[in-house]
Amino acid sequence: MSNVTLKVNGKTHTVDIDPSTPLLYILRNDLGLQGPRFGCGLGQCGLCTVLVNGEATRSCIMPASAVTDEITTLEGLAEGGTLHPLQQAWIDEQVPQCGFCQNGQIMTAKALLDKNPNPTDAEIRDGMANTLCRCMTYYRIQAAIKRAAKMIAAGRPAAEKEVLA
Amino acid sequence: MTTFTNIPKQIEEALQAGHGTASRRDFLKNAGLLVVSLSAAGSVAAANAQTPASQPAGPYPDPDFRQLDSWIVIHEDNTATFYVGKTDLGQGTGTAFRQIMCDELDIAYDKSSLIMGRTDVTVDQGGSGGSDAIQTDGWPMRRVAAEARRVLLDLASQRFGVPPDQLAVSNGVISVKADPSRKVTYGELIGARRFNVTLTGDNINATTGAAKLKPVQDLKIVGQSLPRYDIPPKVDGSLQWAVDVKLPGMVHARNVKPPVAGAKLVSIDESSVRNLPGFVKVVSKGNYVAVVCEREEQAIEASRRLKVNWQKPEKASFPNSEDLFTYMRNASPTAAPRQDVAGNPDAALASAAKVVEAEYDVPYQGHTSIGPAHATADPSNGQMTIYSNDMKSYGMRNGVAEFLQMPRDRVRVIWMEGPQGYGRTAADDAGFEAAFLAKEVGRPVRLQWMRDEETAWDTKGPAYTFKLRGALDAQNNLTAWEYNAQAADYHHVGYNEPDTVLIAQLAGMGRAKPASGRASTPSDMYVIPNKRETTHVVSMPLVFETPLRTGNLRDPDGPQVTFASESFIDELAAEAKADPVEFRLRLITAGTQEDSGFKRARSIATIKAAAEAFGWDPRPSPKRMDSGPILTGRGFAYSFRSQTVAAQIAEVEVDRRTGHVWVKRLVCAHDCGLVVNPEGLRRTVEGAMLHSLSRALYEEVTFNTEMVTSVDWGSSPTLGHADTPAQIDVVIVNGDPKPDRLDLPPYGAGETACKPLLAAVANAIFDATGVRLRRIPFRDKRVLAALQAAQV
Repeated sequence: MSNVTLKVNGKTHTVDIDPSTPLLYILRNDLGLQGPRFGCGLGQCGLCTVLVNGEATRSCIMPASAVTDEITTLEGLAEGGTLHPLQQAWIDEQVPQCGFCQNGQIMTAKALLDKNPNPTDAEIRDGMANTLCRCMTYYRIQAAIKRAAKMIAAGRPAAEKEVLA
Repeated sequence: MTTFTNIPKQIEEALQAGHGTASRRDFLKNAGLLVVSLSAAGSVAAANAQTPASQPAGPYPDPDFRQLDSWIVIHEDNTATFYVGKTDLGQGTGTAFRQIMCDELDIAYDKSSLIMGRTDVTVDQGGSGGSDAIQTDGWPMRRVAAEARRVLLDLASQRFGVPPDQLAVSNGVISVKADPSRKVTYGELIGARRFNVTLTGDNINATTGAAKLKPVQDLKIVGQSLPRYDIPPKVDGSLQWAVDVKLPGMVHARNVKPPVAGAKLVSIDESSVRNLPGFVKVVSKGNYVAVVCEREEQAIEASRRLKVNWQKPEKASFPNSEDLFTYMRNASPTAAPRQDVAGNPDAALASAAKVVEAEYDVPYQGHTSIGPAHATADPSNGQMTIYSNDMKSYGMRNGVAEFLQMPRDRVRVIWMEGPQGYGRTAADDAGFEAAFLAKEVGRPVRLQWMRDEETAWDTKGPAYTFKLRGALDAQNNLTAWEYNAQAADYHHVGYNEPDTVLIAQLAGMGRAKPASGRASTPSDMYVIPNKRETTHVVSMPLVFETPLRTGNLRDPDGPQVTFASESFIDELAAEAKADPVEFRLRLITAGTQEDSGFKRARSIATIKAAAEAFGWDPRPSPKRMDSGPILTGRGFAYSFRSQTVAAQIAEVEVDRRTGHVWVKRLVCAHDCGLVVNPEGLRRTVEGAMLHSLSRALYEEVTFNTEMVTSVDWGSSPTLGHADTPAQIDVVIVNGDPKPDRLDLPPYGAGETACKPLLAAVANAIFDATGVRLRRIPFRDKRVLAALQAAQV
């Protein structure tokens, strides 16, 4: 056991832990950040995704001691009580079925849009590859990403619903 | 929190936050009416004068479905909380229940909240399953809400001295028609008090009061696409899921499964883990083994390091998955085959102008939930509380009580949201295991399966082999149909049965006689004069303690059966050189007999609606082949489930260089009668179609003769973002010949759209390439081999 210091959602935490512990378990069990979830423990599905210095990172296979940069979790996306446009787009498009994977979808989409604010359909499919959903909500996720991109570009929520009748 | 047996404050708050908009404070205040033992935490108890602080935690008797108070609580602030015995698996049924009940009660949707699936406070409606939430369980909900409205009108009638028929109701406010200034709210009439109204009905589905239901035409909230209340907390990270439960003193457990199917435990070397940090205990019974540690990552590490000596079985447990279908075709049925015969199929086949014959194969396909099985169990005070995403929380409560030999009223299950398993949690292994471990270690235990464990050992949809024969006469009429199906479905796992869940089998507490299983027949309205349909069940050599145990996977047999039947109809249409849609309509319109749900008329309307939405150009398949590397085509398929009809069209692109299939466009015309929430329905249908698309293109359980070898997302591939169709159109149809009837019923919508999709894709591939694929899944390699064999 040793002290590991983590910067998460703007706060600094020090945890006395085996430093090889995957980041996921510390976020969930020590810091109470439960947006990231265990899906495979293999870095294959994306449920555990967090942003580390803006990069979509699979926390289930990332030793805590290897993370020195700022970490952002799903809980850290909203600013001043206002949801991130991606979160709002997810609500507007009514994306989730069970919703268990959507942390990974939203966080991966965040990293994608931060790098490429106006992705093509092909770039969305490519950027979201290997971020799995067993309710198969991909069609709505892709619509929500496009919607969020427009909201971000306009600097405000999209004026009208694109999918919901 | 002060006692373990009460629900910790933060979980109670989280549950309430996820349930809607009525204030928690009011909920707590009124929950006392239900004699609910809520959190005993100081501040909450103080706010809840009606929950006796000294009330013993438990027992947990069954809420009485014949008491109106078990279903509906009206709060002083004129909001309502509904209590229903269902679970929402992500299809938005919770939102739909609120819509249904608000409409009958006559209050605004946003003045309601909903509690579901908690065995101690919600009546036993069985949880989820069979797509019956709206079709079956919505009716008692509607009737009790109508009864509450009637009782409230009676109370207002007494207050104003005016007969009920001279009162008006709007959004929870009752006023005198002749003098609207005289008005009273529901909250003023009954808030924080019991209705004390006894309902009638022989069983929970028949529960009713004296009130009449509103005619469908008067429903205002039903039919609206209200957004789901559970989505915001799912996207902002605030929802507490079953997987998030933390309890004081809680420890973490992981299972250690046999390395091969049917292995027997010889010995455990506990010294291999005893000195690991956080080690608490190794628990074993029979061939069931688990490790318990203080922290989650410690339990994972210990489960990997624990040295266990297993003895492999002497005989092969099953054939290699490559040999599965040969094995099944040669296997003896476990019981006498079932057979239905109409007319004289042998004579019709013998005199046919053409006999068409084909065999189809569908492998085992797993539930492969995105999140492995999990539960947390609290054994405090000689009781057992299980926090679980089990879709059938009531069955789990009964099953665990029997499994642990505890009185039923000492066990409760708190349903919370979880990863959808589409039937996986109908037999919820983790809940039984967590409860067993909690009893063994005497502390709350959180158990979660690992990915390889889940993918290998979850319940499987049964593998099927089919042989079909059809007779066409000289005018290309279908005169005979012979269907023969075999399902590898022996010892199909039941619903949370204490002697069929995996731990019962492994621990030597399983039943001696396997469940018989079943093989199913097609669901369509085709009229064929001579028919023989024969179904068999076959068994693998290993029946118990097997990773190939079958359970209900979303529309349990429909995708397999409809793949065969609707592919074969397409083969017959092609042989008859008929348009596939026209060929089907001809078969359906050959009869006029209707059932109570007008399924024939609705089948016809749905098929026509799909063709119209797609822009179907009538012609036989296959089309004239494209010359480039990408071959395009379209395929049709149709089926029904219970009373819900779905007709689907897939447009595909097949890459002749790689064998890769992309379904570019999907159309589904869908008739489930009265629609409660159209956008919620559309998303459910989309999800069902894409789930079946994943099964069509990718999913297959692979195994050698010892063990399942598909154990993660590499070896068990699934549909991904790249496979998503560019366009999906869901057309909501109401093909009822009397769509304006006052009692137009709603039917289930969770599974029907799973059925036709596999065949629609196969038929589209045939249309594009002239190659008929008769074995699921259509992975690139298999498609390419078929194209090359046919020199496409």
